[in-house]
Amino acid sequence: MAIVKTERHPELPPPASQTGVVGWLRENLFSNWLSTFLTVISIYVVWQAMSTLINYAIIDATFVGTTREDCTGAGACWVFIKARFGQNMYGFYPEAERWRINVGYVLGAIGLFLVLSDYIKNKKWPAIYLFVIYPVVCYFLFYGGFGLEKVETSQWGGLFLTLVLASVSIFVALPLGIVLALGRRSDMPVVRMVCVGFIELIRGVPLITVLFMASVMLPLFLPEGQNFDKLVRALVGMSLFSAAYMAEVVRGGLQAIPKGQMEAAKSLGLGYWQSMGLIILPQALKISIPSIVNTFIGLFKDTTLVLIIGLLDLLSVIKAGTTDKNWLGMATEGYLFVAAVFWVFCFGMSRYSIWLENKLHTGHKR
Amino acid sequence: MSVDATAQQQGAGVSLLRDPKVRAVFFQVLVIVLFAAFVFYVGNNTIVNLEKRGIASGFGFLSQPAGFGIGIVVFMDYVAQTSTHGDVLIIGVINTLTVSLSGIILATILGFFFGVLRLSKNWIVNKIATVYIEVIRNVPLLVQLLFWYFAVLSVLPVVRDSIKIGDNLIINNRGVYFPSIIPESGFAIIPVAFVIGIIASIFMSKWAHKRQDETGQQFPVFFASVGLILGLPIIAALISGLPFGFEYPKASRFNIGGGWVLEPEFLALLIGLSIYTGAFIAEIVRSGINAVSHGQTEAAHSLGIRPNITMRLVILPQALRVIVPPLTSQYLNLTKNSSLATAIGYPEITAIFAGTSLNQTGQAIEIIAMTMAFYLSISLLISMFMNWYNKRIALVER
Repeated sequence: MAIVKTERHPELPPPASQTGVVGWLRENLFSNWLSTFLTVISIYVVWQAMSTLINYAIIDATFVGTTREDCTGAGACWVFIKARFGQNMYGFYPEAERWRINVGYVLGAIGLFLVLSDYIKNKKWPAIYLFVIYPVVCYFLFYGGFGLEKVETSQWGGLFLTLVLASVSIFVALPLGIVLALGRRSDMPVVRMVCVGFIELIRGVPLITVLFMASVMLPLFLPEGQNFDKLVRALVGMSLFSAAYMAEVVRGGLQAIPKGQMEAAKSLGLGYWQSMGLIILPQALKISIPSIVNTFIGLFKDTTLVLIIGLLDLLSVIKAGTTDKNWLGMATEGYLFVAAVFWVFCFGMSRYSIWLENKLHTGHKR
Repeated sequence: MSVDATAQQQGAGVSLLRDPKVRAVFFQVLVIVLFAAFVFYVGNNTIVNLEKRGIASGFGFLSQPAGFGIGIVVFMDYVAQTSTHGDVLIIGVINTLTVSLSGIILATILGFFFGVLRLSKNWIVNKIATVYIEVIRNVPLLVQLLFWYFAVLSVLPVVRDSIKIGDNLIINNRGVYFPSIIPESGFAIIPVAFVIGIIASIFMSKWAHKRQDETGQQFPVFFASVGLILGLPIIAALISGLPFGFEYPKASRFNIGGGWVLEPEFLALLIGLSIYTGAFIAEIVRSGINAVSHGQTEAAHSLGIRPNITMRLVILPQALRVIVPPLTSQYLNLTKNSSLATAIGYPEITAIFAGTSLNQTGQAIEIIAMTMAFYLSISLLISMFMNWYNKRIALVER
């Protein structure tokens, strides 16, 4: 007398409360009373913050005009940024010569694209272009020579100076950091001691003291009459500083390479530099690329510190602008602008580093 | 990576030039010679340059009067005319330590708070934490400090139009004023009771641990400790008849007298440092908690342990092992970053000693060396403490 169903029961749709928008909301926003409470509070906070920000930066803001008097709205006065845009970007670089900087940007962008692009497999010529030819071209392009008018570095400024500081420091710091990292792992006690001493000394002190040292003590260290310009002194300080950090990053990469690689290289009859250059370093650098990019982000943010030793980078130019008597009370706009510029650069680089990490992460991925 | 591996090759017929040991010695001697030459060259130039500028090296300048005013001085007296550069150094050190310590505490709280929010299953809470972390980490600290100082704290109302919260909290562009505590005779009993409370709670936690080992009974250590540490001083104060008075800040037209004040320089630096470092700590906390295998949570749940106790007794102790080393370096970074105060005028060691004192005396080498030595020793101290702590919580394997 058992009741046996002989045909399959039609499939019911999933409960409405677990799928679609409602399901997502229940799962992610209202899963229990605590979560619901947090959601309500968060929505209120976000609403307040967003409406304040949008009102300030867009709806009530003034975009058109040339002087402070044009800013009548209650919100931000972006005229301040616009009116001094040339200075913010190029400092006191003569207006007629600013095309040179733009040409430099374009050449650099082409080089970066060629080196980083996936479509080009053979990176030899792009690398030679970016790391050998481009710096030389830039030197003459920016500083002058070959018929171009000379522009003293004291006239450099704005975002341009920030980019120069960051790229030159990284350009010097990377090779120096590799040498220091190799020295730190060397079997020769004297070499190791010198490298460890340098790295730990620099990493133990703030960048400002290194910059102070570079700007105050370098003139004392050199024979009389030889005077560096201010920019070069800052560059020396920043490069040494980032080299110490770079060294630790590269050392991390070196430590991750199994000992067998070196032994295999040795057994093939390769010498120290050959095995390092051909076997160990390519692998070590590859796995430390994300950390190198992160160090570069840190370095890029740290370039703002040259404000303290009196160079006119983006932040200093804006700060100088906020103390201009025609533009008093523009601190919020100015610093928000600087923050936005740096954020775009740094966030872009950090996304790139994450993307790269995923791309290079072949193997143990779940 | 050992060069010695090739040492066996050396035998008859191998030239000395190819012997790795000889090469190593030669290379090291070369490094020493180059280093010595560098030091000699630099030293020589320095001596010549110093003589030309008429600067006598040595530490005599530390006992010369400084002659400039300092805005924020705590724990000691400072008079511009009579106080020396040595006093300036001490004030700088005290101010650096004050702001670093308070910053470390605040940043840790912020970091753990947002690190946990970042792991929340609630979508909007999670996104708020993500936005905080991604925005703050990618904007230079100096920009943030200047923003807090010039765009937020400097535009607070002037003294005349101070914001008053209640009667005793006054906020204006000179700082945040609140009542100070004036000790009267017999005040010493309160800090003594506080210390006794701390010691008693340490002993109590040991006793509770032992009792739990022996009998399995638990004891509410946390609440009892809070009770001891806060309760004892309160009881002591009540028994001795409240041996302290309050001094309230009084607003006159142009100035505010009395009470304690947190200056805008200090506040800007503290807020900036804590928020910036907090974002980094939040990421560290998140990755530390993520690093604990999910199996641990499942195992705890299958034993019937409730979620919040799982977090406290199973996940966090294991996560701390991952969190502590990078946390240490964030504390160090915060201490070093406090030197950015130079830009907003908080008188810490870099601003007043490596800045003003250096400009006045010209003793660049001594002052920079002393400043660097100070930061180096702080770094060493913090990393020693953290290594000790790390060893204490490290995994004890069989």
